[in-house]
Amino acid sequence: MDKLLLLGDEAIAQGAMDAGISGIYAYPGTPSTEIMEYVMNSNEACEKVIRSGWAVNEKTAMEAALGMSYTGKRAIVCMKHVGLNVAADAFINSAITGANGGIVVVAADDPSMHSSQNEQDSRFYGKFAMVPTLEPSNQQEAYDMVHYGFDLSERYQIPVLMRLTTRLAHSRSGVRRKPVRVQNSIQLPSNSRQYILLPANARRQFRHLLENQVHFQADSDSSPYNVFLDGKDKRLGIVACGIAFNYLMENFPDRNIPFPVLRIGQYPVSRPKMKKLYRECDEILVLEDGFPVVEELIGNFFGEGKKIKGRLDGTIQRDGELNPNKVGMALGLVIPEVKPVSKAVTARPPKLCQGCPHIYSYNALNEALSGFTKGRVFSDIGCYTLGALEPFDAINTCVDMGASITMAKGASDAGFVPAVAVIGDSTFTHSGMTGLLDAVNDGSSITVIILDNATVAMTGGQKSSATGKIEIICEALGVEKNHIRVINPSPKFHEENMNIFKNEINYKGVSVIIPRRECLQTAAKRIKEQANMKETEKVNVS
Amino acid sequence: MKKDIILAGVGGQGILSIAASIGLAAIDSGWFIKQAEVHGMSQRGGDVHSDLRISDKEIASDLIPEGKADLVISVEPMEALRYLPMLAPGGWLVTNTEPYVNINNYPDLQNILDEIKAYPNHIAVDANKIASDLGQKKSANMVILGAASLFLDIEGNKLEKSLHKLFQKKGEEVVHSNIKALAAGREFAEKYIKN
Repeated sequence: MDKLLLLGDEAIAQGAMDAGISGIYAYPGTPSTEIMEYVMNSNEACEKVIRSGWAVNEKTAMEAALGMSYTGKRAIVCMKHVGLNVAADAFINSAITGANGGIVVVAADDPSMHSSQNEQDSRFYGKFAMVPTLEPSNQQEAYDMVHYGFDLSERYQIPVLMRLTTRLAHSRSGVRRKPVRVQNSIQLPSNSRQYILLPANARRQFRHLLENQVHFQADSDSSPYNVFLDGKDKRLGIVACGIAFNYLMENFPDRNIPFPVLRIGQYPVSRPKMKKLYRECDEILVLEDGFPVVEELIGNFFGEGKKIKGRLDGTIQRDGELNPNKVGMALGLVIPEVKPVSKAVTARPPKLCQGCPHIYSYNALNEALSGFTKGRVFSDIGCYTLGALEPFDAINTCVDMGASITMAKGASDAGFVPAVAVIGDSTFTHSGMTGLLDAVNDGSSITVIILDNATVAMTGGQKSSATGKIEIICEALGVEKNHIRVINPSPKFHEENMNIFKNEINYKGVSVIIPRRECLQTAAKRIKEQANMKETEKVNVS
Repeated sequence: MKKDIILAGVGGQGILSIAASIGLAAIDSGWFIKQAEVHGMSQRGGDVHSDLRISDKEIASDLIPEGKADLVISVEPMEALRYLPMLAPGGWLVTNTEPYVNINNYPDLQNILDEIKAYPNHIAVDANKIASDLGQKKSANMVILGAASLFLDIEGNKLEKSLHKLFQKKGEEVVHSNIKALAAGREFAEKYIKN
């Protein structure tokens, strides 16, 4: 079979389709978005009636996948690293219920924070939930590991976590497919109490999970993804997790590494293999993209054992993603110094697109707030976070999905009025609705601006769960109808919009303003697609 | 055969079409490829780059080690300078001379072009002008690819074949105008080197 040229994300998607999933669940988030998009755009997935489409958030996605697994079918659920925080309740408890049909949870981490607010390492979640965790090093492994992960999941009746980082998620390479497996049919779990986490059952299930740890260990010991590569020079032993192995290899052009290497692709860490490395070598260097998870595990708390080098002892910078040069320097190789960038080059930060509706919302808001002291605008995650930059300097916070409304409420509760929340349409349905209900129930004095561009813009224009539903949701949550105002964020309505902002900001209670205009990027894409469809129709007719 | 290529530009300028053209031709040649892209926030008008590696031997890292690139292809002159330090000694820089000004403090263009021209192994091409002279403004990227093709070691008509694959959905006319732009870029670069 020909090789496909796939992003790491797409390799996971193709792997899942070929491994016989019946459904995929996800909320968009860089760098994980392309997994779902690949399945949604696949004719093959359509023919096989594989369920796809965006969920309201990562928690609902995780729970739906668990429900599909309950019926005996295979499901995959995909998110960015911080999405796993949102799904954590469902994820951790899914380890207690266990799985029926195979379930693979994909978390794409973003070390260096290319498009994120932190660089947390999802392997911690694997350890926290005590589930087997996989970490591919390249696109082919990403594809293969999905098959492997589903088998692992069904062998031990446990959700399997798969963790990758931005570089693999968004890098393309050739991938060879495996034979396609048919989907499971519906078969409910043999133990009808498995999914009822009443304390009596939960205790039993948790003990079962604890007993299973020894099996997960044994599986890691014999895993084809945990490989001990011998080397003659025992002065150093190297642990290379996931993609770090590539950076290690890059530093040896003939691909001959003189030192013993333990390559890790499956967790929990294989104790016998790690012990062999530790016993044989004078020092250990741990290479891992993200947090020092393995380094901490094998590190000597009392400092009396062998030297462990990595991110904790300063051999490698504690933050930021790995790259070939960082690994080369950790190995003590001579890395030629790179010339500095010319002084003529200036920074080109990302910015709102020319004509973006958010621009006009911020212009009106800034003017409406000009009579008040600064620091009153609590914002959220999305393109509109770019309102923090010049020339707008319009927002004061950006923390996590939904935090705009609840933080504004807290500030208002503290007596800091007016307090304004700025949140996008999709972020609102993701995690803003519950906070708005809190504000209504408490009679808090806040102004919530829901920027409705009818899409999930930052991640590339996915369908927003909020489209067409925002006013009715706000009304149902108890916001007074005459304080739900829809405006057109366009320069010609500037005065009018500014006055509406002013009035609602002065209102003592919960008010919602919805500036509504389609994202320019999404509109352009839609118009292009419609034109293409017309073109196809013409061809079909002729 | 090994080519480590940095593709540079501004989010939205479409450097990925250049990457895809080279990638398809590399696959067609039976080579290995790795191509790391930037998605997400930077795509909103920020500086973006893509690491494209092609080789007849298996490739280890998705990222090109700093200071080891064989070629920098930039669709924007200031972005060309930003990634110039990525080049290995003797590496080539192929860049558009048409600036993309979406910041208020865009530096003096003449300074930028002078610095590019001070680097000996460079090709500076006004791809937008060549493309619009051909009556096809949209194919400036293919002019740049054509100029860069001098350094790609891709055989015969394999790049043309990949343009066929990439653009066939849009019709024969689009395919041919892109191939014409490719040839014009290559022709320009051949003359540029001789002068």
